[in-house]
Amino acid sequence: MMDKSPMNHLMLTARLDVTESIRAKWFIVYALVFGSVMVLLLGSGLTESRVMGFTGLSRTLTTYIQISMAILPIFILITTVRSVAGDREAGVFEYLLSLPVSLGAWYWGKLIGRFAIVFLPVLAAMLLSAVWAMVLGHGVPWAEFLFNVGLLVSLAWCFLGIGMLISSLARSPDVAQGVAFTVWLVLLLFLDLILLGAMVREQMPHQLIVLISLLNPMQVFRSASMMVFDPELVLMGPSAHVILDAFGRTGFLIYGFVYPALFGTFSAIAGFTVFRRGDLP
Amino acid sequence: MIHFEAVSKTFQRRPVLDAVDLTFAEGDKVALVGSNGAGKTTLIRCLLGEYNCYGKVSVSGLDPRAQRSRVLGRIGFVPQLPPPLKIPVGELINFTASVCGTDPAGMEDISGKLGLDVPSIRRQPFVKLSGGQKQKLLIGIALGRACDILVMDEPAANLDPESRQVFFRLLSECPPETVMLMSSHRLDEVASLVNRVVELDRGQVVLDDHVADRVDPAAVQQCTITLSRHEGALINALGEWGFRDMEDGTVWKGTVAGPDRLRFLGMVSRYAGLIRSLELKEGVA
Repeated sequence: MMDKSPMNHLMLTARLDVTESIRAKWFIVYALVFGSVMVLLLGSGLTESRVMGFTGLSRTLTTYIQISMAILPIFILITTVRSVAGDREAGVFEYLLSLPVSLGAWYWGKLIGRFAIVFLPVLAAMLLSAVWAMVLGHGVPWAEFLFNVGLLVSLAWCFLGIGMLISSLARSPDVAQGVAFTVWLVLLLFLDLILLGAMVREQMPHQLIVLISLLNPMQVFRSASMMVFDPELVLMGPSAHVILDAFGRTGFLIYGFVYPALFGTFSAIAGFTVFRRGDLP
Repeated sequence: MIHFEAVSKTFQRRPVLDAVDLTFAEGDKVALVGSNGAGKTTLIRCLLGEYNCYGKVSVSGLDPRAQRSRVLGRIGFVPQLPPPLKIPVGELINFTASVCGTDPAGMEDISGKLGLDVPSIRRQPFVKLSGGQKQKLLIGIALGRACDILVMDEPAANLDPESRQVFFRLLSECPPETVMLMSSHRLDEVASLVNRVVELDRGQVVLDDHVADRVDPAAVQQCTITLSRHEGALINALGEWGFRDMEDGTVWKGTVAGPDRLRFLGMVSRYAGLIRSLELKEGVA
């Protein structure tokens, strides 16, 4: 007889999701996009260039992180809601949830499996850059490298959690996709470059602007990733003083990692609550 | 064993199940019939704990929603539409066997009896299988595990006559106390397999009757049919039923599974004007 413990079911579900996702077209496109971005960055000679004092892998990683911030959230949101809501509509949930697996093991197993699958290409691309730097004889700034990996883990988990919440709330793939796109757009608009910039120009209270920026996981990720190469956050302007006064550099780096992860975790928990209470298929 | 007490379910204020009261006891073999939208699938999903509903659903006193693992561990389910899973067949068997705490060999064995060569398709994605292959595998998974309740939605719809014979025989080998709930649009598809018919219409039970004339699911009948003339459409249909031509395309012989008798006669009746003689003999293997 096999082990019927919830933990075993969770791992079985995670493995099932990985096996299923790895064969999906979206994963191939997703992996190709991140792989191509890194290959293009390495091929463009960025690692060997020196711009504004940044050299070697630091410059490549900084560019990669900024590009990831632009495409990782929307990729994760859309692929998650499309496949989860699509599976529900196509009868996958009806069949697999007729098996004696607990809803907790199913939901969290799916989340863990999906996290592995969305993070794998991102990590593989970063490892590729590290290998490339070593081959060229450049040093690998491991502390910076690992911190960037940590930030990306946090960002991916955050949007996966949001994606699972949207999938639980929306009953059809079309609605889920529309909501996911709207969420991403709102978070994007409240980046410092766009609406926050406009709010500063309109001389709205600094506290409000800083509060919004600290609540927006995309902005938090962006600020923390900027802090890696710009410790004083000079690029951010006066808001940086408020952030640094309140958190300090180390504090904000920790916040930059912890906040998106918590945001994703709470979104996933909310998604599980909705999923568990509602109609499953 | 299974109780539905005043079970109601609405979708966007539209009632799909309306105060349904039903009890299925051990050994009940139930045909759940009704047109599209009658509420058959919704009733099954309530039994599987997949839908929230008003009223009470219980399986041996257990709530399928709150105690889903214990309840679903006893239910083998075959859906009407196979899920479009991309995972390989071997992975699907291993996953279902693991979560059901059973040996995958049992599932492969049943699938094999239905004519599915599992080793040759083990690495093939489930979604790439033909409709018949998917159905055989899902039946193999449902029957290849220990369960005392079988819930099947149009279980034999995609099976060829030969596989249907095996399927009926496998059902007859289930312990007599097993509860079987077979959903179908057409009563003739499942009539001979059941001892009770429940018909739903617009979410209400409009017929709940016991069937006295029950055919042994494992029985096979020898059939000889003589045609007045050669008719292509009928000959094609007989060929699909596995019949062999014995004389210039006018005398055909074959076997019909007992539970398929009504369905076979339904097919033949469309060509009644061409039938010179028809003989069905019971008890022939």
